[in-house]
Amino acid sequence: MEFSELIRTGRAQAELLPGPEEAPLRGTLCVTGHHLLLSPGPPSTPDLWLLLLRSVDSIEKRVAGDSGTITLRCKDLRVLQLDIEGVEATLDIARSIEALSSLESVITSFPFFYRPKGLRLGDAWHFHPPERYYKRVARETNAWRLSEVNQDFSLCSSYPRAVIVPRAVDDDALAQCARFRQGGRFPVLCYHHAPSGTVLLRSSQPLTGPQKRRCAEDEDLLRAVLTGARPGAQGFIVDTRSSQAAKQARMTGGGTEAKAAYPGWKRLHRPLERGRALQESFVRLVEACGDTEQSMDRWLSRLEGCRWLAHVKEALSTACLAAQGMEREGACILVHGAEGTDSTLLVTSLTQLILDPLSRTITGFQELVEREWIQAGHPFQLRCAHSAFSHTRPKHEAPTFLLFLDCVWQLGRQFPLSLEFGEGLLLALFEHAYASPFGTFLCNSEKERCLCEVRTRTHSLWSGLNQPKEQRKLRNPLYVPNPLAIWPSVEPQSLRLWQGLFLRWTRPPEPSEVAWEKVWQIVTEREKTGDSAHSFCLSSQPKQ
Amino acid sequence: MEHIRTTKVEQVKLLDRFSTSNKSLTGTLYLTATHLLFIDSHQKETWILHHHIASVEKLALTTSGCPLVIQCKNFRIVHFIVPRERDCHDIYNSLLQLSKQAKYEDLYAFSYNPKQNDSERLQGWQLIDLAEEYKRMGVPNPHWQLSDANREYKICETYPRELYVPRIASKPIIVGSSKFRSKGRFPVLSYYHQEKEAAICRCSQPLSGFSARCLEDEHLLQAISKANPVNRYMYVVDTRPKHRMQSWWATQKDIGRIIVRISSKIWNDEKIRESDERKRLNAMANRAAGKGYENEDNYSNIRFQFVGIENIHVMRSSLQKLLEVNGTKGLSVNDFYSGLENSGWLRHIKAVMDAAIFLAKAIMIENASVLVHCSDGWDRTSQVCSLGSLLLDSYYRTIKGFMVLIEKDWISFGHKFSERCGHLDGDPKEVSPVFTQFLECVWHLTEQFPQAFEFNEAFLLQIHEHIHSCQFGNFLGNCQKEREELKLKEKTYSLWPFLLDDQKKYLNPLYSSKSQRFTVLEPNTVSFNFKFWRNMYHQFDRTLHPRQSVFNIIMNMNEQNKQLEKDIQDLESKIKQCKNKQSDGVLTKELLHSVHPESSALKTSLCLKEQTLLPVNDALRTIEGSNPADNRYCDYTEEFSKAEPGVVSLEYGVARMTC
Repeated sequence: MEFSELIRTGRAQAELLPGPEEAPLRGTLCVTGHHLLLSPGPPSTPDLWLLLLRSVDSIEKRVAGDSGTITLRCKDLRVLQLDIEGVEATLDIARSIEALSSLESVITSFPFFYRPKGLRLGDAWHFHPPERYYKRVARETNAWRLSEVNQDFSLCSSYPRAVIVPRAVDDDALAQCARFRQGGRFPVLCYHHAPSGTVLLRSSQPLTGPQKRRCAEDEDLLRAVLTGARPGAQGFIVDTRSSQAAKQARMTGGGTEAKAAYPGWKRLHRPLERGRALQESFVRLVEACGDTEQSMDRWLSRLEGCRWLAHVKEALSTACLAAQGMEREGACILVHGAEGTDSTLLVTSLTQLILDPLSRTITGFQELVEREWIQAGHPFQLRCAHSAFSHTRPKHEAPTFLLFLDCVWQLGRQFPLSLEFGEGLLLALFEHAYASPFGTFLCNSEKERCLCEVRTRTHSLWSGLNQPKEQRKLRNPLYVPNPLAIWPSVEPQSLRLWQGLFLRWTRPPEPSEVAWEKVWQIVTEREKTGDSAHSFCLSSQPKQ
Repeated sequence: MEHIRTTKVEQVKLLDRFSTSNKSLTGTLYLTATHLLFIDSHQKETWILHHHIASVEKLALTTSGCPLVIQCKNFRIVHFIVPRERDCHDIYNSLLQLSKQAKYEDLYAFSYNPKQNDSERLQGWQLIDLAEEYKRMGVPNPHWQLSDANREYKICETYPRELYVPRIASKPIIVGSSKFRSKGRFPVLSYYHQEKEAAICRCSQPLSGFSARCLEDEHLLQAISKANPVNRYMYVVDTRPKHRMQSWWATQKDIGRIIVRISSKIWNDEKIRESDERKRLNAMANRAAGKGYENEDNYSNIRFQFVGIENIHVMRSSLQKLLEVNGTKGLSVNDFYSGLENSGWLRHIKAVMDAAIFLAKAIMIENASVLVHCSDGWDRTSQVCSLGSLLLDSYYRTIKGFMVLIEKDWISFGHKFSERCGHLDGDPKEVSPVFTQFLECVWHLTEQFPQAFEFNEAFLLQIHEHIHSCQFGNFLGNCQKEREELKLKEKTYSLWPFLLDDQKKYLNPLYSSKSQRFTVLEPNTVSFNFKFWRNMYHQFDRTLHPRQSVFNIIMNMNEQNKQLEKDIQDLESKIKQCKNKQSDGVLTKELLHSVHPESSALKTSLCLKEQTLLPVNDALRTIEGSNPADNRYCDYTEEFSKAEPGVVSLEYGVARMTC
């Protein structure tokens, strides 16, 4: 195996300082192809401490005398310190970790070797295929069809094999549309809102260019959307760029839909932060959260300066705008930015969470993440290559998915009874998106996943999460299905920093977890007493 | 009543404070002797107690009418539009009069009648017994005794009659010390930690400004440190920021020897003030005010500590800044945080908390007694002593205990509630949110220790409501002596029994009294842990609140659990009875009959799902499912109609021209 070449020293004596609240751990440190292990040796407990090398974001080494210290900053924002005996060993281990944690190849990554007990390989295929969602749409309306025009990913490399499109538009027209949209991402349905009969679509920007090109098929498609909804329906195009930026995009071949070409559609610009600026915001926030000594004023000014909560607010209010349009105005909504793989997905997925009660269940939410992020072609591998600690210059990294999770957390805080999942699921998704033993978040698109045979050769995160033992961590004990739309408040006073994530490792996890444990206790007690009271009634009844 | 000219105005609009699109409710405004009442077209009532009104403002006339903005002390802000200017003017004038009373006797408490007889009223006042509380702490004991020195308020008018002092401190020492301390507030016991035999004591600043010393005061401090058998040294905590004291000290040294001769009494002498030279001196000395902190050289076994809490004026303007930021329409996230930072509010809260933690640590870790003072010893000292006790003693974290704590450290030790809350028309410079800060510190603790408190946020909010409401007698007046003179116990009611009767509303469902971990709280004061207390400062802006309340649902579940368990027990005992009597078929039937009516709790639990979708209890804080109409983005509706931005229409125009 090629890993062995990268491992300079496999073993060393070391002491691990996992954090301010935990006791240090001594033992033998081993570097393997995918993991860092610390085995405390025979006299003490056989506990093994283990870290996935992939989750190391940055590594810092310091030597003093005949020992050294390695500080590992992980992608899940944890900071670990390892005191290692021997200068040579320290440097060698540091170099090995550095090399192994930044391996680019997908098929040699750990998910391809991970074979947990109790899970069957290949299960991943059964989770949330596009057909399943189409079935739901088809039950509600007849205006849409499932097209397999992208079967071999030739039309659009970032779309899945099957997409939902207006029934009135045939596959040839779709091919024309794809040519008119950046990356071939022609408008497809992502959500049908049955109560108002309207739809949510997403795409990438049209390639109008400086010559203001038009595409009849694309115009037909959007017209068909409106007629399919109801006669006289209105449409709104939510562009996630500023109108200025949209205009500038024309110079590079992109652009926006011209009003004259798309009767019935109006354009709204809601600029959302993306790319490097968003990554910088994330980095600065994490930096601020790492300093426990700073004064109140300094903390507040850094919290302001990083602008993260402003991004949360913008994302939520844009999603609310789209949801409002569908629910109240009875309008169809098309969301796109430039590529349509980042802020677009942020808006469409949040909109669904606000409107669709099913997406607020555990399976519904997993389906939403699968459909609107993974299959919709959010380039996870590029965006989550590094987290907030990395020293390498960010290329394609952006915490768009994290921003989505944060927005969901804000929704959950404002509607603590309406989401079936708790903070635990969001934290798990964050961790797994950045580094995971499961294959779910590997690669950038379905096409790549297909080439790497991710679905047949790795385990799915969903089957990992849906094991019974994980449930208590992920579930919201207070969940009560809420059939209504949930409209959050987006005022700054109502938004809060997600402490559970950004300060997860800086503050002791108690006592909020303890409190939740108590909530669980109350809830299960209620179920138990309720059940036994119920069975009492039942058992006394037959005698009658 | 003579102030009320108009009692009813129709077609008044109530504007939404945060809506950018002037959304409003139309209804009728009523003015009563005690309240301002607005009933909107949905028959929803908004009651505003006149005493809660902090300011009334009449804005410039608009086309739709005359705007009237009322700011309340409980942070409610209402914005009415009265169609006719004349009505607006009448209401404005009436409210100005009604909200600022000149005499205590005109306050609501003296007319409020909850339909109780005199013995019930008296019982209510006896609910909190401070003598009982000192007994609970373990005083009197061989080291501490009750002093009768202030029985007639002769030594200190702002202290209560009953004070606990070290047993070895004789009366002359107490009298001597009191003369050396500002307002006669000499060191007395505030909290006694039985297990550690250490004490929290409180006093005002010494009048040591001119390097004078007072042997009696030094004796009294010695006595306090000797009363602690374990640790001989004690801390003197000056809650004021050191830099302020240092700059004061510097000025004092500058003036140097000239001033030494002049005792503080002379400053009152008119003759001396007239001379120019002395005017200058006067100004400098006024800054010094002839008061300061203890000279370390004169006190042995004492460690001095400054903890840097700012004065009432700084706090008042800090809150003012905070409220200005909050009130902004369409506030951006960045403006919010920079406003929060500039107000300094959270920094002040952290300072109070840090001081209290210092106290708790001194006692728990070093076993040392602590003497706390600020300037007069009734603002910052009250904050720090009460919060310190709260950290140390889990009793104060119960509903009853919290009431006792407020009675002890705030009411009886003379926190000037009437002046700080502006109950009467008085000096606006005396108003300051000192008690509000204390409540906020407690709230922060409840956030960090969700299981340690018997009460919940609603309890804190309710108390805050009533320190301003003047509905009950507890918070009227500025000290016990004044309260006795007002005969509050005969003429008004006590708040505490009413809160206790409503206990259910204020219980924390997660409270676990037995948990040993929580005997002493050790909060973490890293800056991240201080958050803006939305439910206090936006209590009435329901659009900003979470849409569902975890709290209510857990509360309901707990209730149901109890009820169901009771049902099961009942049923089980009945089954046992049946089995004893055996074989009688009639009995089983009887049993069944009794089962069904009783299992109502079961029914409620089974239909819980429907139940929780309805607003529970407090409609303000649980808007289930919510409504987009409550939110700012409903204003986007306009955006839908406007849609295309300027640039686009231009583009469209160009396109047409080229066609």
